[in-house]
Amino acid sequence: MQSSGQASATSLPIGSDADLAWVRQQVRQCAAQLGFGLVQQTKLVTAASELARNTLVHGGGGRAEITPLDNGRSRGLRMSFIDNGPGIRDMELAMTDGYTTGGGLGLGLSGAKRLVHEFSVDTEPGRGTTVTAVAWVAQVPASRPGVG
Amino acid sequence: MRVPEQDAAESAPQVVSAFLERRKEQIAQRWADAPLFRSVFTVSRDEAVEACKAVVDALSDVAVSGRLENITAPGFTPVRDQLGRMSQTRTRTGSTPAQIADEVAGLRVPVVDLLREEFTDPTTAQAQECVMALTLLLGTLRLVVMETALDANAELIERQRQQLLEVATPVIKLWEGTVAVPLIGTLDSARSQVVMESLLEAIVDQRARYAILDITGVPTVDSLVAQHLMKTVAAARLMGAECIVSGIRPAIAQTIVQLGIDLGSVLTRASLSDALAYALGKQGIEVSRADTGASAR
Ligand SMILES: Nc1ncnc2c1ncn2[C@@H]1O[C@H](COP(=O)(O)OP(=O)(O)OP(=O)(O)O)[C@@H](O)[C@H]1O
Ligand SMILES: [Mg+2]
Repeated sequence: MQSSGQASATSLPIGSDADLAWVRQQVRQCAAQLGFGLVQQTKLVTAASELARNTLVHGGGGRAEITPLDNGRSRGLRMSFIDNGPGIRDMELAMTDGYTTGGGLGLGLSGAKRLVHEFSVDTEPGRGTTVTAVAWVAQVPASRPGVG
Repeated sequence: MRVPEQDAAESAPQVVSAFLERRKEQIAQRWADAPLFRSVFTVSRDEAVEACKAVVDALSDVAVSGRLENITAPGFTPVRDQLGRMSQTRTRTGSTPAQIADEVAGLRVPVVDLLREEFTDPTTAQAQECVMALTLLLGTLRLVVMETALDANAELIERQRQQLLEVATPVIKLWEGTVAVPLIGTLDSARSQVVMESLLEAIVDQRARYAILDITGVPTVDSLVAQHLMKTVAAARLMGAECIVSGIRPAIAQTIVQLGIDLGSVLTRASLSDALAYALGKQGIEVSRADTGASAR
């Protein structure tokens, strides 16, 4: 896979509610620049909000990495949320709608997955968790004759 | 080369300390007109002079302890509050920490000039060592003031944040028995708490039967925000008011559904005016144009 956008990865700290607001703002700005439409921007920002809060609340803090992507046909955004917290013991359970260990709605992980195109979790109990989400700018129909 | 560490003569810091004690009055007179003091101690010039003397005393104490570069030296303790007040006042009147640091740096020249006058030959090694020691000491004072200036800034930001919490959540009486909160910005846990409290209070005070939460100005609704909204709605219900959430924009509606949040138990309307129309209708109030009846026919 190509990785031409690699150089411009942005790393943001996640250690407080104010950091979460900053992550959301940065994701929104980056997504708008890449050409994501309003609905997709909203989905990306919401997914980022869920995953960053998990990093803060369950992972004890960490960082987010935002990377613009370009695979030659479409532009996209990769967001990774990285912590060195307790990790997730039972991934299947954690991905279940409504499962929570912290009094939430239990929709953060499973919901975020539905809001993006690619989703992966790398976790090890006692070592930490990295959640990565990727979304691509929706393809505009190839040609629209008569528009000018 | 020999470093006169254990010399029979006094060490440079001791000389500087003694000098500061001896010339306290003159130093204070020279400093008192600097904006750093004059703009803070406004009652009288004497007040500013006294404040200057307190700083000179502190510097003398720190010098005699030999910890010229230590910003936590106990000698600074008696003036820390005063320095904090000085930098706070300067911050409030618009000075940046860098400008405050410059003002403190400006205190150095008058006192170093005085010290030079003490020596018949200011080019001797001892004279220069003393000037060095005094310069070092004033550099440390600058750091201490900087530290308090940054603390003052952090406090200012925190205070503004608290003010914003209150300002940004007004509860508006729209009609007899109907109140509304237009929510604007990030709805974190702290703000949700404030919103919930002021809404419940308004419901009681106004004997409101209908409460509208308008989220047009909320940029992101994630699971936590949704949970806060649902809790607020449930609490309002317990107080005997029906809660309506309005202003859910199309992009947010799609996102909420995909996220899996079920707002089925919450009454929603597209806009604040729709929500108001609903509340009025339920109370048997009908709104119609006044002019269409008499004059048009
Ligand atoms: N970064 C992480 N480190 C450790 N555990 C995690 C992490 N992210 C999620 N989990 C675990 O997965 C569970 C489900 O996460 P999810 O985000 O779906 O729900 P939640 O955070 O509990 O509630 P909410 O709906 O408010 O997000 C969490 O309760 C937690 O036990
Ligand atoms: Mg979560």
